[in-house]
Amino acid sequence: MTLTDTPTAMSRLGRLVVDRPLLPLIGLLILLVALLAILNPGVLSMFWVSNTLKIAIPLAMLAACQTLTMLTGGIDLSVGTAATIAAYLTATLAPLIGVPPAIAVAIASALVIGLVNGFGIAICRVHPLIMTLGTALIATGCLLVYQRYVIATGVLIPDFLLWLGTGRTWGLPNSLALFIPFAILVIWAQRRSGFGRLLYAIGANEAAARLSGVRVWQVHLTLYTLSSLIAGVTGLLYLGQIKTASLSLALPLDLPSVAAAVIGGTSIFGGRGGYGGTIVGALILTVLTSMLTLMQIPEGGRRILFGLIILAVTALFIRLTERS
Amino acid sequence: MTRWIEANSWTLGLAVLLAALLLMTKLIQPDFGASGLESLARAALPFALATVGMAIVVIAGGIDLSIAAMMAVASVTGAVLMDGATDAQSIPIVIGVLLLGLAMGAINGTLIVVTRVPDIVVTLAMLFVWQGVALLILNAPGGGIAPWLRGLITGSFGPDWLPRAIVFLAVVTAVIWLPIRRSKLGLRLYAIGSDPLAAFRSGVPVGQTRIVAYALCGLFAALGGLSVSMGTGIGEPIPGPYLLASVAAVVLGGVVLGGGRGGLLGPILAVLILRTVRMDLTLLSVDPNVAAIIEGSIMVAVVMFGAVLATRGRHA
Repeated sequence: MTLTDTPTAMSRLGRLVVDRPLLPLIGLLILLVALLAILNPGVLSMFWVSNTLKIAIPLAMLAACQTLTMLTGGIDLSVGTAATIAAYLTATLAPLIGVPPAIAVAIASALVIGLVNGFGIAICRVHPLIMTLGTALIATGCLLVYQRYVIATGVLIPDFLLWLGTGRTWGLPNSLALFIPFAILVIWAQRRSGFGRLLYAIGANEAAARLSGVRVWQVHLTLYTLSSLIAGVTGLLYLGQIKTASLSLALPLDLPSVAAAVIGGTSIFGGRGGYGGTIVGALILTVLTSMLTLMQIPEGGRRILFGLIILAVTALFIRLTERS
Repeated sequence: MTRWIEANSWTLGLAVLLAALLLMTKLIQPDFGASGLESLARAALPFALATVGMAIVVIAGGIDLSIAAMMAVASVTGAVLMDGATDAQSIPIVIGVLLLGLAMGAINGTLIVVTRVPDIVVTLAMLFVWQGVALLILNAPGGGIAPWLRGLITGSFGPDWLPRAIVFLAVVTAVIWLPIRRSKLGLRLYAIGSDPLAAFRSGVPVGQTRIVAYALCGLFAALGGLSVSMGTGIGEPIPGPYLLASVAAVVLGGVVLGGGRGGLLGPILAVLILRTVRMDLTLLSVDPNVAAIIEGSIMVAVVMFGAVLATRGRHA
């Protein structure tokens, strides 16, 4: 294809999706909400909006981990485990050693998972998918061992986490108080900070980044530690929202978090995308899930659909970017 | 002779390591004998079959993350259909499940070839799809399995020290793999793994061969899923930790991630080594959860080591 070719409809659409991924996404979100309103008249209300936001926020935060790691061409499948461990440790340690130390231990454990991931990916050059899957397996084993020794002590969920997770102010969920600064920080970091630029540079062309003096291993180590830190914080928020300490608390969010980032236009091959799209992606998934629940689609059907969405969006993305 | 030893030094080393581990088991547990060997082989069978499937795909230059989920689909399909079926009815069911495995693998391969999305992304997405399918077929562990299938892998043959599960594994792998390995197809699998562009220019149908590799992986996943049911007597919709275990065994078995090199004997020996380590930990009365942590750490360490070697190889 030469530069003088007249743009076809396909390539114009491709350029639109690549340059302004937010527009078609928001369009899709509005379409889904409209469809939901037709399927179930009277469901739309301030309460529904607030509830949808509340459910979407932990998902959007875990999807931040996927967005950041995907920018470098990686992925982090240990986020659900890291979040679960942070939540479980906080809830079970709080009655024993007090809330602040419990949270410190919880966040420290999440950081350890991130450091192990970072070590394997940055220094041994293991594929991120295999590495994070492995640490998730080991960490789950550690959690099971830990659970055997603390089973007798009670569970305490700190009050401020309950307030953050379930409370509402002016009809809006309190978790927005955590999420809005978080989202602004992530978008700022990814667009304006040097670290964010390094992520895009590594994802676009790792060899070129290395030759221009980027210490790729340091970026990877920081990135995967940061990802687990975000996952740990999300675990705390999710604990306040679900209000039980379970051994598989945030695990069901692993797959949707990848799907949200992919739908949001972040390329799983790196170098393209951003957190803004991911947030819309998380909202789309939440609306889609509530629609599937309404239609009484079982858990298995939901998983199939999410898997197919990831595949279809990635395949479409490859086609569109090739033409434009 | 010396050349043969040199060429197979890695596999021979693994065999020696396995023998040493079994000897150590005998020292830990003096009454470890035929029955211990038999239960070890039975527990290792699903892992070994998953590893064989994974090894074929890795030799052909790919990776299949959906292997454990495909095993779950095969396991529940077999268990649901065989629940209450007679022996005569169960034979076509087994054949059907194996064809289902081939089809699932072929779908994975076709999607990779047609969409041109990298194998790791496609099989990750298909992991979720197959998991969903397994859950739709059977929501919780259940169903049944024909008794003759259980008899196939339980117990030992004539001399007590030859577990049926090992014979089953050897026969199945030999019957499927050896004719392929000797044929043009075997050469093509190694060729596309080694260098797809060079293979294409030498007239190898790269896309077709890749689909065949994934279909074979699906076939072994179906065998692995059936063997899960053969061991427990029911179908398991939640896949076990077969993905990481098979990747670790493939790497430890001398098949290079990236493709084109290695055989199937090495990975099978590696999987037996990993299972023996697990059994020794149990015999040393280590808490099963702690044993799982140790086992996971060994697998991650093996994969890390393999990745370092692969990076070295690329630079050299």
